Formats: sequence, structure tokens, C-alpha cells
Amino acid sequence: MNARAVSASLLPPTLVIIAVFALWEAASRLFRIPVFVLPAPSVIWKSLLTWRAAIWFNSEQTLYTTLVGFGLAILAGMALGLAIGYSTLVYRALYPLLVGFNSVPKAAIVPVLVIWFGIGTVPAIITAFLISFFPIVVNVATGLATLEPELQDVLRSLGASKGEIFLKIGIPRSLPYFFASLKVSATLAFVGAVIAETVAANRGIGYMMLVASSRFEVPLVFAGLVVVAVMGVVLFAFFAVIERRLTGWAYRGQSLT
Amino acid sequence: MSDPPFVVLDRVRVAYPHDGQEVVAVEEASLQVRRGEFVAVTGPSGCGKTTILKLLSGLLLPSRGPVSVGGAPVRGPQKNVGMAFQNPILLPWRRTLENVLLPLEIVEPHKRRFRAQRAAYASQAQELLASVGMEGFGDRFPWEISGGQQQRVNLCRALIHQPELLLLDEPFGALDAFTREELWQVLQDLWLRRRFTVILVTHDLREAVFLADTVYVMSPRPGRVVYRTVVGLQRPRTLEDTFTPQFTDIYHEIRRRIGVARAQ
Repeated sequence: MNARAVSASLLPPTLVIIAVFALWEAASRLFRIPVFVLPAPSVIWKSLLTWRAAIWFNSEQTLYTTLVGFGLAILAGMALGLAIGYSTLVYRALYPLLVGFNSVPKAAIVPVLVIWFGIGTVPAIITAFLISFFPIVVNVATGLATLEPELQDVLRSLGASKGEIFLKIGIPRSLPYFFASLKVSATLAFVGAVIAETVAANRGIGYMMLVASSRFEVPLVFAGLVVVAVMGVVLFAFFAVIERRLTGWAYRGQSLT
Repeated sequence: MSDPPFVVLDRVRVAYPHDGQEVVAVEEASLQVRRGEFVAVTGPSGCGKTTILKLLSGLLLPSRGPVSVGGAPVRGPQKNVGMAFQNPILLPWRRTLENVLLPLEIVEPHKRRFRAQRAAYASQAQELLASVGMEGFGDRFPWEISGGQQQRVNLCRALIHQPELLLLDEPFGALDAFTREELWQVLQDLWLRRRFTVILVTHDLREAVFLADTVYVMSPRPGRVVYRTVVGLQRPRTLEDTFTPQFTDIYHEIRRRIGVARAQ
């Protein structure tokens, strides 16, 4: 895409975001909504500026725990996804356990993590990891499981081993699935980290929001939400760009021609 | 025949269980192909034509009866066989040239040398692409070229490792009539130049008579060979030849035999 196409594609979402905030601002002024119920965007913005040092300090922590947890999730998710997709035995053995594990609410695990690791960074990393790990496993495994038999026949008729089939077509074929899952998981990782911080931390956006709400500093709570949302969008966009670069073939003509 | 046949199927039977019953795909299938011969196998749908190709490529093992290629029994996939299917099945993340090179990354002895001699192999592949009229298309992705062009690439991929036996499973079945006839000539030219052995499975009787030295007709399931005819037309054949009385006589006789086979 050239610069003009990029700016053209950015225009609609920008307009929508501006419209939403304008509507919000107008509604809160028109109906005189109290600040401790729903602060107007202008009030949130003011609070962002006032507390910028504290917000920066806490954002760093949240970004750090999220990225570490997410990075671990990518490694473990990719490895387990490939193992499950490669072998039906591993698939049958592990899948029920994985589904059961994923069904456990992650917020309920945090107190257990606190007992094991104490308050602070480690529970946040682990929660971010746990919540973002599952979609990666499932997607990578699906990419391998839906490998067309015809595609395999092409390689098998040449005498390719199972390992070669896996390398030459299994992995490239599952890459689009992998990146699709990264976009979902990246935002989930923030959710995990913030949940853990609201339960057991002394630093981080989640912790900051908890403290702010206990002081009825509602604009700062919303400022925290905005910061998390922005970080999530940036991480999402980062993986979307990498995805386009590496698996452009899966999108055919949409962006390449 | 003084030479021993290159490909032999001797009263081969293939059966597999399906829903608790035994399904017989082919029964008493016999075939003898000389080295360098162009053979077409035709017959009604579901007569086990594709099964024969799978047997020869080693993707499927017979329940009974010997299958051999080049004097050796087929026990699994072999390196001296190239195969092209009805759908081109190119890998969408690889450019045309990289698709053609794929077999060299898998089949010995090329696999061992591939990294060191990639440039030499790439120019071989370019040459092969040029010989089927695909010069300059090497760095296109499969979705950027037409169905007929994809099928040309598919042929190149089946031939790049210079197999002695080429197996074709209705390779032109999904193409329009004009493209199909164009590719008949492309294939004939390649074959006249390199003289590999070909076994072509097809529904299209004109295609069979135009391309093959010998045409086999199979009966409906369980498939067996019910008719064999030698096409004596001289090479290279042109599309004009398909309108000669000689051509149409052979065509009609094959057609009649398939009709008889279906009625039974």
C-alpha cells in the first residue's frame, strides 16, 4: 500500500473514534452526568495530563508484565500447537485437559498465584500468559489439522517423510492461523495482566485504577482504561503489520496487487 | 517385444473396508507399458483409474498381485516417478519457480545438493518453464496466473527431477477446450523431446487418442481392463489429425467399448 492508500484506510476509523468521543462529551454535558459516574472525555484528558508521571510509571509495569507473559505464551503456544497438530496421539491426550484449563476463570487463579509467588510482577506475568496461551495453541493446531490431503499427496508421492511434509507445508500453512491468534492473544494478554494487578500488585495500571477508584478519583480510573486500550491497539497493529508482511499470500490480491 | 516391460500390473486387486463391507476398487487389472511409451487409461467414472495411478506412485499398496516399475516392485513412493493431479495444487506461499523446485528439495540425490547448487537448479527450472511457454513467470504467485498456466507449472513440477515415469491424473480436466488442446501439444512436445514413459488417466477420449500410443479401457467398478488399442497415427500429431477418418474410427471404437462396459 502506498502512503495515500494508508491514509485513506485510516480515515474511517479515525472519524468513528472522534464521533464517539464527541457524542460522549455532548451527552455528559447535556445530561449533566456526575463526574464520579461517567467523566466526560475532556475531564479524562485533563486527568491524564495531571497524573502523567504516575500513569507512565504504572504503564511501564503493565506493558512489561504483558509482553513477558505474551512472549512466553507465543513460545509455549506455538510449541504445543505444533505438537498437537503433528500427532493425533498428543492431540487426543492433551486437548480435554487444555479445554478444561481454559474454562477456569483466570481471575480466580490470581489468589492462588499470590499464595505461591507473592504480590507483584510474577502473578501478572503468569495471568497474562495463561489467558493468551490457549488461542495460540488452538489456532496453530487447527492450521495443521486442516492441511489439505491433496497437498500432502503431492509431497508423499515424492517420497517425503512426515517431518518433511510438516516443514514444507505444515508450518507455512499454519502461519496465517498463528498470526490471527496473535492478534487476539495480544489484547487478551493485557486483560490478564490488568486483572492480576487489580487483585494483587503494588504497581501497574490495574493497581493504579484500584487505588484511584477507592479514592473516588473516577477520571483517573477512566484514564487508566484509555491507556490500556491504546496499548492494546498498538500491539494489535504491530502484529497485523507483521502478518501482512509474512503471510501476504493468504490475503491474495487484497493488499498485494 | 524384446525389452522387458517398464511398468507391469499383473492381475492386481485393490480392496478396502468401508462401513464394514469390502469395497473392490480394481480387480484383475493388468497393464504392460514399454519404456518411453505413452499410455492413456480411460473408462466410466469410478472405474478405478485413479487407483491405478496411486498404485504406481506407491501412495497405495495392492491387496493382491504384483506392481512393478523399472523391474523393481513398488513398495512405496519412488524417486523416478513424477505425478500431476487434476487440480494443480501449487503451494500458495511459494512463487512459481519455487513451486517447480519443490521436488528437488525432497528427492535424492538432488536434495543433498540442493543448497549448494540452487542456482543451477533454478536455471534448469527456468528452462523447463520456458519450454511450456511460461518464460518470465517464475516470480509470480500461483494466484496471479491463470488455471491453464498453473497446470503448465504443475507439469513442470512433475518433471523437474527428470522422472522416468510421469503419472497424469486428468491433468486437463478442469480447463476450457482451447487451453486443453494447447496443453496437449505442450505435453506432446515435452514427451517427444524427453521420451519419458507416461500413463495418463482421462475421461476425454479425444485427448486419449490424440496423445497416446496405446489406449486402455476399463470397466465400471470393480475396474478391470476390457479393451486395449494401439493408436498408429504418426508423430508429431496436430489438431487437424483429430478430424481424419483414421482418428475418428479409433475414437468411435473406444467409445463403443465404454458403452458396452457400462451396460454390463
